[in-house]
Order: sequence, then structure tokens, then C-alpha cells
Amino acid sequence: MAKPRLPPNPCTAYSPAIMTPVVPLLPPAEWRDFLALTKPRVMTLVVFTGLCGMLAAPVAVHPVIGFAAILCIALGAGAAGALNQWYEADIDAIMRRTQKRPLPGGRMDRQSALHFGVGLSAFSVLFMGFAVNLVAAAILTVSILFYVFIYTVWLKRRTPQNIVIGGAAGAFPPLIGWAAATGDVALLPILLFLLVFLWTPPHFWALALFVKTDYANAGVPMLPVVAGERVTRTQIGLYTIPMAAAAVLPWPLGLTGPIYGVAATLLTAWFALLAFRVATRTTHVDDAMKPEKALFKYSILYLFATFGALVLDRWFA
Amino acid sequence: MTPDDPRIAPAPVTDEVIRRRQRGRARVMALLLGAFVILVFAISIAKIQAGMPHG
Repeated sequence: MAKPRLPPNPCTAYSPAIMTPVVPLLPPAEWRDFLALTKPRVMTLVVFTGLCGMLAAPVAVHPVIGFAAILCIALGAGAAGALNQWYEADIDAIMRRTQKRPLPGGRMDRQSALHFGVGLSAFSVLFMGFAVNLVAAAILTVSILFYVFIYTVWLKRRTPQNIVIGGAAGAFPPLIGWAAATGDVALLPILLFLLVFLWTPPHFWALALFVKTDYANAGVPMLPVVAGERVTRTQIGLYTIPMAAAAVLPWPLGLTGPIYGVAATLLTAWFALLAFRVATRTTHVDDAMKPEKALFKYSILYLFATFGALVLDRWFA
Repeated sequence: MTPDDPRIAPAPVTDEVIRRRQRGRARVMALLLGAFVILVFAISIAKIQAGMPHG
């Protein structure tokens, strides 16, 4: 028996028997919902590390070209965020932290989110290639594909190592910024990549420790859900060690001056102290999880301050 | 709270709501396109000044 031809619009569910829509079409989403789809708060950190990577490069970049490069990094990050929300709409609807996003909130249809994400990805990469250079465009492409396919589609729902490997996606911006300025990749941006890559597990696991129930309800195998709190706390401590090395190493290697060296050492020492506190404690009944929240908040400040110190070092050293 | 509660009932989608959203999106799109044209122009000038090949 020939199947009835389904209409091409997947944002409307049809009953094949009667061929009438059973779910009404959503009204057009507001522009604010498209903006929310790009995860603007996450984008802030991505843009900042990308900008610092560019400013830390030994080559002065024309301000207009530099602006275009940062814009492309922001658009690429926003596009990856939109595609992530398109794919994860089901688990976003379960988690309290994410259920007000445009898709689970019912303010946008999935097809619009997919088109927006794919279109913005293509635009950001092409524009980076035309306006800046092909190396930066290539790394931007890898970072978007990595975030969408490796992290979102492949790892996130399958393994507690999701944010360890997936963290690489968020570590690309300093590399892209540097490549935008120089057209090349060097040891310093690779160390900056490593710093963000190794910073991601303690940062996210500190968050996962105090929103564990949310992740468990959504079926996301975050480390505290799968392996328990003790293992997570130990892993936070362990990942802090190579992260600290990656943060401080540019100074003894002669890639930066003392401004960055001293700032990175002090900032990292405080990070290690907070991480050690989280690693060595045990949750008790009615625990407010203050050390975990403190580590999470400080980890954001830490990345801003360390990258800021790098730029100051370049300007004043 | 019940499903009939006006606080949780979705806002009715009237033609007016749809038109308002379309107008809002069209305005933002126009602004972005205008900014894009200016940016492309500025990039072209910057590349010409620097004697860089396009691309």
C-alpha cells in the first residue's frame, strides 16, 4: 500500500490517516528568541578569549579586520549554540535551568532553529574566510563541527567524559583569534587552548555537583550522576593540576612576560585552593554546596582575568 | 493553578501578534543588513589600504 506523502514542513505534525495538522503551526518567533538561541552569556567568554588570543599575537591586526574576526567567532559560537539547542530541545525541556529557552518554552519551532543555526554557521565561516583568512576560517569550522557533532550529538548523552572531550570546542577561540592576526598557529595559542580545555572539567563538574538532580532527571550522564560525587571531586582536583601547568607554563617558556606570569600564578593558586577545598570535602545533609558554587563562579572570573593579564602583559611588557 | 488559569494559558495568536513579530524581525534584519554592508565596505577599504589581496 502506498504511503501517503507527508508534507515537507516538519514543524507541523500531521496525522497520515486524515492528512490534517494535529499540532498547530507556531507563530513566527520574535527576534529576541533567535538571540536567546545563540546563548549570549556563553558567547561572552568565547568572544573574550578569542579577542585576547588575537591581541596577544605578535602581529598588529587592522581594527576593522580584527572586528570582523571577533564578529565571526561570536556568530560561529552563536550558531553552534543554536544547533545545540535544536538537538537538545527534549532534555532542555526537562532541566529547570534550560526549560525557558525558546524551543522548550514553545516560542519557536525546531525547523526555524535548525535553519538559523546552519545558516549562521555557514555565514560565519564564509565571512571569516573572505574577510580575515582561511586558517582562521578552517579552525572556526572545526570548532563548530566539533561542538555540534562530537559534543552535542555524539558524547553528551553517552559518556560522563562528554565535557572533557567536548571542552575542546570552547577552547578553540584563542587559537582562532591568534590565527586571525597571524594566519598561523604557534605554541602560545596552543597552550591557551590547553588552558581552556583543561579548565572546562573543573568548571563544569563544579556546576554539575550542585545541579546534579537536574542532569539525572534529564538522563544526561554527567560524572556526578554516573560515577558519584566522590569520583567527581577527585577528578576536579586532578584536572586542576595540568590546568595550572598550562596556565603558568607560558612564562618560564619565555612566551610571556612577568605581568602574565605573576598574575597567572596568583590566580591559578587561588583556583587550586578552591578546587582542593571541593576535592577534599563531602556533601552533608542540607548542604548549600557553597564551596562548589564558589569554585564555579571563580572559574569564570579566573578565565577572564588570566586572559586579560595576557593582553596587559603584551601591551606593557 | 488549573489549566484554565489565565496565568499559564498561552497568549492567543492573533493576526496582530503575528504582524508585530514579523515587523520586529524585519526591522532587526534591515539593521543587520545595513550594518553588514557598512562592514564589508570598511573591510574593503582596510584591505586596499594594507595592500592585501582580497580573501
